[in-house]
Amino acid sequence: MTIPLHSDKHQYVGGNGPRLDAIDKVTGAAMYVPDLIVPGMLYARMKVSPHAHARIVRVDTTRARALAGVRAVLVGSELDYTLGLYLRDRPILARDVVRYQGEPVAAVAAESEAIAVRACELIEVEYEPLPAVLDPEQAVADTSVLVHPLLHTYQYMKGVFFPQPHTNVAHHQKIVKGNVERGFAEADRIFEHRFTNPPVAHAPLETHIAIAQALPGKRAHIITSAQSPFTVRNLFAVAFGMPHNSVRVQIPYVGGGFGGKAGIHLEPLAFCLSRKAGGRPVRLHASREEEFNTLPSRQGLKTRIRTGVKADGHITALEVQLLWDGGAYADYGVNIGRAAATAAAGPYEIPNCRIDSLVVYTHKVFGTAFRGFGHLEVLWGIERNIDIIAREIGVDPYEMRQKNVLRAGSTTITGEKVTANHGRPDLCLERVAAQIGYQHRPADPAPKLEGKLRGKGLALLHKAPAMPVFTSCSAIVKFNEDASVNVIISGVDYGQGTYTSLANIAAQELSIPLHKVHVVHDCDTASQPYDWQTVASRFMVMGGNAVVEACRDCIEQIKHVAAQVLRAPERELVCEDEHIFIRHTPDQRLSYRELALGYVYPNGNSIGGPILGRGKYIAQGLTHLDPETGQGKAALDWTYGAHGVEIEVDTETGEIEVLHIASAFDVGKVIHEGMCLTQVQGGVLQGLGSTFSEGFQFDDRGAMMNPSFVDYKIPTIRDLPRKMTASFVETPQLDGPYGARGVGEHPMISVPSAVGNALYNATGVDIRDLPLSPERVYLAIKRAKAQRSV
Amino acid sequence: MQYDIKLTVNGIVYESRASASTTLLDFLRDNLHLTGTKEGCSIGECGACSVILDGRVVNACLVLAVEADGASVETIEGEVDGEKLSALQQAFVDHHALQCGFCTPGMVVAARDLLRRNPAPTDDDILEAIAGNLCRCTGYETVIAAIQQVARTSKQSR
Repeated sequence: MTIPLHSDKHQYVGGNGPRLDAIDKVTGAAMYVPDLIVPGMLYARMKVSPHAHARIVRVDTTRARALAGVRAVLVGSELDYTLGLYLRDRPILARDVVRYQGEPVAAVAAESEAIAVRACELIEVEYEPLPAVLDPEQAVADTSVLVHPLLHTYQYMKGVFFPQPHTNVAHHQKIVKGNVERGFAEADRIFEHRFTNPPVAHAPLETHIAIAQALPGKRAHIITSAQSPFTVRNLFAVAFGMPHNSVRVQIPYVGGGFGGKAGIHLEPLAFCLSRKAGGRPVRLHASREEEFNTLPSRQGLKTRIRTGVKADGHITALEVQLLWDGGAYADYGVNIGRAAATAAAGPYEIPNCRIDSLVVYTHKVFGTAFRGFGHLEVLWGIERNIDIIAREIGVDPYEMRQKNVLRAGSTTITGEKVTANHGRPDLCLERVAAQIGYQHRPADPAPKLEGKLRGKGLALLHKAPAMPVFTSCSAIVKFNEDASVNVIISGVDYGQGTYTSLANIAAQELSIPLHKVHVVHDCDTASQPYDWQTVASRFMVMGGNAVVEACRDCIEQIKHVAAQVLRAPERELVCEDEHIFIRHTPDQRLSYRELALGYVYPNGNSIGGPILGRGKYIAQGLTHLDPETGQGKAALDWTYGAHGVEIEVDTETGEIEVLHIASAFDVGKVIHEGMCLTQVQGGVLQGLGSTFSEGFQFDDRGAMMNPSFVDYKIPTIRDLPRKMTASFVETPQLDGPYGARGVGEHPMISVPSAVGNALYNATGVDIRDLPLSPERVYLAIKRAKAQRSV
Repeated sequence: MQYDIKLTVNGIVYESRASASTTLLDFLRDNLHLTGTKEGCSIGECGACSVILDGRVVNACLVLAVEADGASVETIEGEVDGEKLSALQQAFVDHHALQCGFCTPGMVVAARDLLRRNPAPTDDDILEAIAGNLCRCTGYETVIAAIQQVARTSKQSR
């Protein structure tokens, strides 16, 4: 007989309690880095390059240094450090050359922001402009202009990434399954299509900010708006050759991240300025323009897809080439090229497949992680491709997806066997199709392009966390005097609500009321246990598992002491409602409060001690990918989903209104109803931003033309769809907490694809480039009208 | 050039000095340490610094501190009654109408301004009132639901 660790009288998991951070945030009490003042703090500004590619001939800081109130001025030649997550290619300030417009070349720390701004204006930089390479195709084809001529000398993570010496290719990921030539030979029809995505901004409402102080004894204290305290610490310690425990990283509330605050950004520069200013703390806060133009973005992508299909819609072969517009530095870009390649066939069983994913250096602002980690971009092509082919061969796009979709027994393109517990993309698709009233009949391929037209579109999606094979996480659960608990964990809740979900798990595991669980919002590497990073939709899964284990550790300790006091075997004890009792004789009981700090007998003797639970989780069973074939296990878990949309397009203006978007995800288990729903609402709207308006524009010399909210439009409250529906399929992930999978990134993936397919369905107009701006749609409709009237 | 200014913020009278170029946003945050009002862009594009100035919602980054001389300013810190959330704040909590929370003070202030002018707004009124407040997290749906809840209660009580 199994004795339950705790009673299941209460079901907190799946509940919908208030967010733990809500009161702080609706009252303005929540403290973010910009709200903090450290005594003696200086204010820093950066001087950035006006050129996309130029040699730095001369930097004269004389006048800046002479300005009253200036405490430190730095130029690149003083800083012999090179940063990089996977490939060390980025100086803290440009040295000798600038590689993108907006790259910092010098920086100032002064007594006030105004003085720092003025000092930057007084720094004179003489440039010799050089030819810039702005297009990834050109950067691959023509190696006469190299973004990094010394690429062959750089340090990088060997065996995982493959920079190509003397080229602009920072990484080439290959995936090979079956025999693609044979697959094309078996096909009835072969199609080749191209798709593009522009680079896109994260645009968190709080721009990047760091306060750093160089402390005596070669120590560093950093307070930063970042997603991952331990990764900031690790990269920082490695870059500066400091022991890890000499670097303290604190992260208070964070005003949005979306991947843009993963890794390390302004912290090293603020630290170097502090060192130069004699150890005074330095605050470096990006302006909104710098947030767009100096800090990294989502990469652009050019996709070429060649598909072999049978007449009935079965895919026999797929060849995908991905050219990522990585910008000037590799940062996360190389890993996006790797991770997105593993998903580049879509959630389909493809017997013969070849993926070539090249992350290409260009002279533009560099790419980094962005919610979805390359999957929105890749699935824009893959999911539009399905609809284009389905129409050509006369098969319903829904049926074509269901014919090829991954099911139990399928093998993915990296050789992973799909089981019954992997999740159900087929069910997600079925659900959204029903919700939008999808009609299973051929669309009119060339309707009269007049007035307003309606159409419906579908798209599937999938994504697994991209992370090192040894990724781990730990948690501490600490009992307080009143038997409330503090959950201490170093993943950061920068808005996604994971802490609130973890509280549901802790309350359930410990059988204590939800209001007695506090998840600590201030992260601090000096006092908190290790977690790798808050990225990749992996925090709920890994953090959840760690919290489950830490709670069970507490329960074991409680039982151990209670067994002595109650003189009963531990296996006969049950925990419920903050009490522990003997199963047969529930009146023989102790409250948690009597045990939280140690039990005191009536005569004063005491046993036990403070209850402190420890939990950990390390990714199970991951392997490196084979360098030539990409075969291996890279995925901790796959979250599948689908969107269905109905749109109305105004053929006179090119404007598209979303009438209804239905989204479904197989999350394994809904841990917190509200947190799942709000992730979907926010993610879908962000996906609609990528669909309709977002994308950087550069002039022919590589200068960004839209680094502001006026010229770069993110969705406002007026851009909401008329109706949004979110639903969840629950196929338990056996190694997830309560069966859960992550869903932070997935809601925005494939939103553009579904809308693009709906536009195709409504008008027969087939647009393969994002965004679907009114201008682009209008011009495409105009061209289609002209062609159809011929 | 420094100017003497006197203004009322959340019912408290402050006498202070501000330079000609200091914005109301910087004055509130740096001089009065009312950091609930956030800076998202500093050029009037995002609404994170929304405050109510003499009964009208403004972007505090576009107003000079000296322009607020003699004025009455309401910030997010004035919305709460001691430790008791206002009905509007409670509605934001109930609907999970926030994520990272950085735009939230501005949203609440803009919604307060709306509900004061119009206690029973239509959905269109709500969209109009919040159109200047950018949020990158929530997708706005929960924000609308929160404001609707307060508007409904107000309609019922009349």
